[in-house]
Amino acid sequence: MSAAMSAVPLHYRTIAELAAALAAREVSAVELAQAVIARAAAVEPRVRAFNSADPADALAQAAASDARRAAGQARGPLDGIPIGFKDVIAVKDQPLTASSKMLANFVSPYDATVTARLKAAGAVLYGRLNCDEFAMGSSTENSAFHPTGNPWDVTRVPGGSSGGSAAALAAGEAIATLGSDTGGSIRQPAALCGVVGLKPTYGLVSRYGLIAYASSLDQIGPFTRTVEDNAIVLGAIAGHDERDSTSYRAEIPDYRRELAARRGPWKLGIPKEYFGAGLDPEIGAAVEQAIAFYKAQGCEIREVSLPHTQYCLDTYYIIATAEASSNLARYDGIRYGHRSADAKDIVDLYFKSRAEGFGAEVKRRIILGTYVLSSGYYDAYYLRAQKVRTLIRQDFLNAYKEVDALITPTSPIPAFKLGEKSDPLAMYLCDIYTIGVNLAGLPALSLPCGFTKSSLPIGVQLIGQPFKEADLLAIAQAYERGHDWKLRTPVL
Amino acid sequence: MSSAPQLDIDHVAKLARVALTPEEKATFAVQLGSVLHHIEQLAKVDVAGVEPSAHAFAVHNVWQEDVARPGLPADQALRNAPAQRENMVVVPKVVE
Repeated sequence: MSAAMSAVPLHYRTIAELAAALAAREVSAVELAQAVIARAAAVEPRVRAFNSADPADALAQAAASDARRAAGQARGPLDGIPIGFKDVIAVKDQPLTASSKMLANFVSPYDATVTARLKAAGAVLYGRLNCDEFAMGSSTENSAFHPTGNPWDVTRVPGGSSGGSAAALAAGEAIATLGSDTGGSIRQPAALCGVVGLKPTYGLVSRYGLIAYASSLDQIGPFTRTVEDNAIVLGAIAGHDERDSTSYRAEIPDYRRELAARRGPWKLGIPKEYFGAGLDPEIGAAVEQAIAFYKAQGCEIREVSLPHTQYCLDTYYIIATAEASSNLARYDGIRYGHRSADAKDIVDLYFKSRAEGFGAEVKRRIILGTYVLSSGYYDAYYLRAQKVRTLIRQDFLNAYKEVDALITPTSPIPAFKLGEKSDPLAMYLCDIYTIGVNLAGLPALSLPCGFTKSSLPIGVQLIGQPFKEADLLAIAQAYERGHDWKLRTPVL
Repeated sequence: MSSAPQLDIDHVAKLARVALTPEEKATFAVQLGSVLHHIEQLAKVDVAGVEPSAHAFAVHNVWQEDVARPGLPADQALRNAPAQRENMVVVPKVVE
């Protein structure tokens, strides 16, 4: 181990480094879990990324990992690595709240598929991470429990909806985390917290055990410090699952090995619609520098057009709210979740349980979604949005006739102050560069590409072709190798 | 969709089975009014002859073998029930 690397505390190392250290017996899984638990105890009062945590359970998992390794039965690079979960992904016998009063006391009776796969890989599951209620929001301020601070400036938001997942990783409270992304909920917080966040192609990762928000858009994906780490976690969670009927039968490559095999140069497209009004000049400049880097590496850079970009936001808010209104109909106070104590009959029970259990943003989206699906408006809103969705997807596929991937900003603005955005429409505009990807079902990641003058992280978004995550990760790693943003950590 | 329709918040809240306070109704009506106004621009898109897409990657006819498999045991299925008795969920009286 190099002197420089050993100076990095355990809780800020990468999966790749720690896997090597664990294999070499330089550190045990229990020591690693203890380091992460101690770090969380030290910084949680300011960051508040966790909804709950079970240190005793994590230490027991770590001890089991050490026992496997001692017996010569270590399971690979994730064995003994602490991974935090967004509180919308089911882990058996752990709380599963969606950061909502509705599920404040819910304990999951089963594992999500991604959970089962990470357990099988030997990961140490630690922490239920805060998010916007039912994953609806872009700042994690919609959590029913508490806001989360951005580790780079705890008076600012970490982004959302997977804000706790991004903040916990950036603060050294996990070695990797999982989030979910419906309109940018992995990539935008990754950008705002200075970490790597990947939304896989729709259908690559099973949604079984993910609390549903908008089923045709939701995907689970990893937050990591490096692209290589992302490839490692993705490899563990990707693949067909018969319990998710939209799960795709794609061949899953060894993403980590493919990183070394794919060297470019690539053709990268710059969608001109993503560099217009509303883009923070410092972010624009940082992304331009990333583009210049690729050009200097021999990549061909082409301007492309995604002409329906201006309709993405509206299309998204029709489709996502419509699906949410349907998905959240299950929370009726009967079989699980909050039940109102003062209902006079069964119908009143529905009305009051939902009124008491849901927060304002969830109610707003249920109302909007119910409206766009209601009699007389279905064709004008929902059906039309689904047709525009086809056009949005065709825009991307047309661009991919010319280029391998697209490069854009992830978020139009850096981390903003807690409480700064009170208007829902202003909050929705945080997602203008990320939602088209969900509507088109594409893979995309956010990668750190610099800092603002006030030391807030900036992310660049790379958008890949369907099921070509291996190329997307390789393109990202080419940039990462030429820069050392990942060496910076926040002062906490 | 040519002129922005007024969202009848009482009617929609009833459809959604959510009780809203007068304050929520007033706030949501204004906020959703501006969202709906924004959404109006979708009317400008020419969608003639365009097929709607429900999913990015349509997967059709997903079949599973009809084989019995263990499910959640009753105690686990009822673990989060707000009220239960004798392996059943207790609900308010539905029929007088």
